[in-house]
Amino acid sequence: MEIETKNIKQPNLKDRFKTEEYMINMGPQHPATHGVLRLILTIDGEIIKKVEPDLGYIHRSIEKMCERDSYQQIVHLTDRMDYLSSHINNEAVSLAVEKALQLEIPDRVKVIRTIIAELTRIASHTLWWGVFGMDIGALTTYFYGFRDREMINDIFEETCGARLTMNYNKPGGLMFDIHPNFVNRVKDFVAHFKTKLPEYDRLLTGNIIFQKRTKGIGFLTKEDAISFGTTGPVSRGSGVASDIRKIHPYSAYERVDFKQPLYHEGDNLARYKVRIDEMWESLSIIEQLIDNIPEGDYQVPTKAVIKLPKGEYYQRVETARGELGVYINSEGNKNPYRVKFRSPGFSNLSVLNHISVGSKIGDLVAIMATLDLVIPDIDR
Amino acid sequence: MSYFSDIYHGIKSLLTGMTVTGKYFFNARKEIITNQYPEERPEIFERFRGEVVMPHDENNYHRCTGCQSCEIACPNGSIEIIWDRVVNPETGKKVKIIDKHIYHYSMCTLCNLCILACPTDAIVMSNNYEGSVYDRTKLTKVLNKPGSKLHPEVKE
Repeated sequence: MEIETKNIKQPNLKDRFKTEEYMINMGPQHPATHGVLRLILTIDGEIIKKVEPDLGYIHRSIEKMCERDSYQQIVHLTDRMDYLSSHINNEAVSLAVEKALQLEIPDRVKVIRTIIAELTRIASHTLWWGVFGMDIGALTTYFYGFRDREMINDIFEETCGARLTMNYNKPGGLMFDIHPNFVNRVKDFVAHFKTKLPEYDRLLTGNIIFQKRTKGIGFLTKEDAISFGTTGPVSRGSGVASDIRKIHPYSAYERVDFKQPLYHEGDNLARYKVRIDEMWESLSIIEQLIDNIPEGDYQVPTKAVIKLPKGEYYQRVETARGELGVYINSEGNKNPYRVKFRSPGFSNLSVLNHISVGSKIGDLVAIMATLDLVIPDIDR
Repeated sequence: MSYFSDIYHGIKSLLTGMTVTGKYFFNARKEIITNQYPEERPEIFERFRGEVVMPHDENNYHRCTGCQSCEIACPNGSIEIIWDRVVNPETGKKVKIIDKHIYHYSMCTLCNLCILACPTDAIVMSNNYEGSVYDRTKLTKVLNKPGSKLHPEVKE
């Protein structure tokens, strides 16, 4: 007996292989999220439909703790926010308190703060460069990035006393004067890093795999970069001139000559190039300042108990990730009534859903790496 | 054609990267930065903040008057001073002395504020960087040694 197959209705291929959207968690324990960030992904096969960041895994209530502490004690808490640009965070709080007290800060302090801030920026970007390579599968860059960062950490250890959470600033100046070896070490580092930075380009930037992973991926338009409130290299990769060092110069940035790198492509590669160019600019800022550190005091004496006059104070600085704002509301007591930090990472994270919808999961890792997220900075 | 040129440029870019890694591969001995840790010790700088210690001289004298400035300056409550008042037999006045200067290493963030607050330089930061212990209770330390006294030069 022969079965007649002709008249059996064949189901449509599309109905047969119907795909369904499903939800998976990326993190909180995931090496590519660089910390405890949980992303709730809605995906269809490999294609991302929705990214929902879930925060709160490293919330330490730093803003609330600031209300308990005196103004000298607040400074060391900000080390723990964006730990890769800890000196710049310290500087932001110190500048806000100095602004409120109307202290006249010596030139020496301003110049030293600027040099160390730029060293911090280079250290942060070299670490980011190494980790970015690792995220997209090039493990070699990790060692190259950390090799150069080690020299900066040694400079910090010698002058500030710690490698990462330096706490070198205090309201009114610096904790100690710079170490006698500081100038020579910084000059050695600048000479060393000038030979190593072109290596970064040769190793990674031109690489065909790297180009395929970054070019045209994670596209962010200029309008969206502004409306999402992104700052730092993320917005400069989309062509927004958002450098606080240029718009509202603080410390010694008025007296140095530097460009803010701008790229208009808005993709991963543009954000990458902004950071590489920023390292060159930081080197030139350090070179301009290191030879003529003015003589003078390294701190202005302040009272043991600092009481800010009643009012609101705001200071914005440019960290390695973007704009950090410090808002202090004082009632005239020795503790602030309210402290709010506007962290760059939080605004930069908000753009993640917008730019990663429609791309693959592997691209999400690359996009997250170019946003340069530091989770304790987002969560505080 | 673009297919073949892509392959050509791709291989060329990979080789460019490999010249960098190859340079270090063949000159590996010139630039060794790896520290073989337990045998080789890293260079530690004098300002490095490891933990808070109270130096004692050879006569078992320390310089702590028990003024509690460090306790107030500490943001984390990692310093506790238990003090007492005793009668000085020479002058007949009551003097504040420390009984125990307790330091909770586990709570300390090494921010250096206590060192700056101390008026008599009684406590300093040591360069010890190997602070791990097997038992949590060992992280609570009494900084003044048993039987130690206030240095006679230091006045309250």
